[in-house]
Amino acid sequence: MANLTINGKTINVDVEDDTPLLWAIRENVGLTGTKYGCGIALCGACTVHVDGVAMRSCGMTVSEAAGKQITTIEGLASEGALHKVQQAWIANDVPQCGFCQSGMIMAVAALLKENPKPTDQDINEAITNICRCGTFQQVREAIHAAANA
Amino acid sequence: MNKHVMPKLNRRAFVIGTAAAGAGLAIGLDIPFGGPTVVRAADGSPEVNVWVVIRPDNTTVIRVARSEMGQGTLTGLAQLVAEELECDWSKVVTEYPTPGQSVARKRAWGDFSTGGSRGIRSSQDYVRKGGATARVMLVQAAANQWKVPASECTASNSVITHKPSGRTTTYGKVVEAAAKLEPPADVKLKDPKDWKIAGKGVKRLDTVDKTTGAMIYGMDVKLPGMLNAAIKDAPVFGSKLKSYDEAKITGMKGVKKVVKVGDSAVAVVADTWWRAKTALDALPIVWDEGENAKVSSESIAKWLAEGLDNAQPAYIGNQNGDAKAAIASAVKKVEAVYNYPYQNHATMEPMNATALYTPDKCEVWCGTQNGEAAFAATLEASGLPAEKCEVHKLILGGGFGRRGMTDYVRQAVLIAKEMPGTPVKLLWSREEDMAQGKFHPVTQCKMTGAFDADNNLTALHVRLSGQSILYTVRPAALVNGMDTAAFQGLSPSGDAAIGYSVPNLLVEHSMRNPHVPPGFWRGVNVNQNAIYMECFMDELAHSVGQDPVEFRRKLMSKHPKHLAVLNAVADKIGWGKPAPQGVHRGIAQVMGYGSYVAGAAEISVTDDGKIKVHRIVASTDPGYIVNPAQVERQIAGSFVYGLSALFYGGCTVKDGKIEQTNFDTYDSMRIAAMPKVECVMVPSGGFWGGVGEPTIGVAAPAVLNAYFAATGKRIRSVPLKDQNITFA
Repeated sequence: MANLTINGKTINVDVEDDTPLLWAIRENVGLTGTKYGCGIALCGACTVHVDGVAMRSCGMTVSEAAGKQITTIEGLASEGALHKVQQAWIANDVPQCGFCQSGMIMAVAALLKENPKPTDQDINEAITNICRCGTFQQVREAIHAAANA
Repeated sequence: MNKHVMPKLNRRAFVIGTAAAGAGLAIGLDIPFGGPTVVRAADGSPEVNVWVVIRPDNTTVIRVARSEMGQGTLTGLAQLVAEELECDWSKVVTEYPTPGQSVARKRAWGDFSTGGSRGIRSSQDYVRKGGATARVMLVQAAANQWKVPASECTASNSVITHKPSGRTTTYGKVVEAAAKLEPPADVKLKDPKDWKIAGKGVKRLDTVDKTTGAMIYGMDVKLPGMLNAAIKDAPVFGSKLKSYDEAKITGMKGVKKVVKVGDSAVAVVADTWWRAKTALDALPIVWDEGENAKVSSESIAKWLAEGLDNAQPAYIGNQNGDAKAAIASAVKKVEAVYNYPYQNHATMEPMNATALYTPDKCEVWCGTQNGEAAFAATLEASGLPAEKCEVHKLILGGGFGRRGMTDYVRQAVLIAKEMPGTPVKLLWSREEDMAQGKFHPVTQCKMTGAFDADNNLTALHVRLSGQSILYTVRPAALVNGMDTAAFQGLSPSGDAAIGYSVPNLLVEHSMRNPHVPPGFWRGVNVNQNAIYMECFMDELAHSVGQDPVEFRRKLMSKHPKHLAVLNAVADKIGWGKPAPQGVHRGIAQVMGYGSYVAGAAEISVTDDGKIKVHRIVASTDPGYIVNPAQVERQIAGSFVYGLSALFYGGCTVKDGKIEQTNFDTYDSMRIAAMPKVECVMVPSGGFWGGVGEPTIGVAAPAVLNAYFAATGKRIRSVPLKDQNITFA
């Protein structure tokens, strides 16, 4: 059992303490925008914000996440407006299959909070999500567009 | 925002009857193409024909039978229908017809298969006709209402205008009447030069949901009372499940059932997938591994190397003159042996399918590249007739050829069959996905070239040895035992024709099929054949001190379309002009999937041997371009897929199993390594080529040739990680 605060709501989930946050979010809370890609914190498809920091939710247990502020892709928009990263993603038509993009967007949103005008090198170091379709060229353009929005 | 709702058809409109299985599915009464019986979508809006539904508010619903896996086909096909329909693009939504509906309507939507870069090129003609037919009927309905000749009316942006009187009406107002008209026997399609929606880089129709987390992939399906399954199939391909000790996991939290799946796999069904996977990991399993457990990458390589010997039998895929004799008597001979490994598709979304079985109905929800094949697998695994089966397609989290296979659909149905009335979602772990791939085939190739005294290439012998995909996947497609697809990019003519004329040419394939199951992997046999041919062209050019582009040009005078894309990249990258300090160039060209492509790379190599790819220039001639923005993205993405395979790929075999288990051992390129990709599109018209795959073929040889230019070292083996070369 754990109390998780996700997108501003506190939810009691009936899972073992060592259950990865990813699976509690997807299966117990029912928010499926956060994706499973590797389960070993490498691909980044499961990226969420934990107390404002981008974290790979497959590598964090519910007991570690309890009591913290968790934001998923579904909670990134505020007051009815999409986040500027989401808007830049739409304007630049970034996604292909789209499966990695929730995690990519969450990683970028966290980067821009820390570093509002990242250089290409900053992007290279901070954004390590895997995209097999190969959207990186549009991702980079959209990050700069969001930074300048 | 586009929602892929499933159309529910008026059940009066078709009769359900005959059982069917396999590929030749056909049942029910003939429904005329938009004929007098009005067929209605789920919300009651009438179909004008199977491709077009118009709602009273003028929303146009365009049906797309092919699958969207990121390649943009959903948007491209909608553009083609909308172009001929003359509808308001801002009010277009799309939906997938289901394979069950298609079968019940005598395959009204044609082929669902989405592979081989065929999504647009093999359906563009009939979907455009679908749009044009609907337009003619809508205009006729308006003309009838006004009692004027249809020839006096025009349609644009979903508005019909009677020119002489200036009266107007909308598609939404006349659709009920239009749906009752007989469709025209023939329609004239627009000349592509008059396109207004097609040919333009309009935004994709599926982007918003992919940025908000709202898009539902197969993995995200939720049904009332649904349980979740994790599975392990025999890691040694072709071996069997011997036993498992169910008592060891009995009582684990959430576990509902342990199911033997076929004769080689076991699944645990639980309330959540995480609990199912946890229990499966704790389940002791014994496999009956058999002879295949003795196979290793080394034993496969040895067997393939034997096939390079000219004394071994081989299928001849392309031949002119007498290459062997010309080589034997040549003034100068150049020889090199290359190889290409197994590769896993590694779609970001691992394989999954959800099934609900009762004795009266079996339904499946899944991402698939071939709805009809998934439907056939559902029939076979459930044992139910076609009218009692249905497949609901979802957007794919990557396909790359893997989701053209139906192994995961079959497993899901077999599991659900053990729990009638309970929907079960089967999801593979990444580890299962890596172990149970349908792998890019393994091959080796001996290349031999011969020159005369004036350094003219007189002969070329391409001796391929290795695995055939068709032998396993589609044996009926073999031609007297020969896999013609093994010669992609090297064929005498057709969709994947060689771009060089050599006086004496021999291309042959010693087929050797290890036990590792092969599959169509984005680019398929173009990938290795383009490395073999294009790297060796570079070797041949350097062996006689000639420029690699000039050397090729001399052999390409009879291949103007191949030459045009080569020239386009050479021009754009500045071939023959100095590169920036420390930067070196490589180039390659190939034809695949009916398109001509070329690529050039600018790279530098660090002191410790790492490669920085600075810039890529790529050119493509696919005949026609439906959405240039999406073509650009497919081309850029092709370099990510192709260079990931070159640098990090390669699946190895030990004790009959695949050794790589996840992205830690089968890595993929990140944004830091992404070069700037510049596209030069040169559509020459008159043919329809594919876009999603051919460019992958030039990614690796362009970089490998640049690596030689930078270092003087030839690399003839993939992946580069095995030689301690990584991205800088």
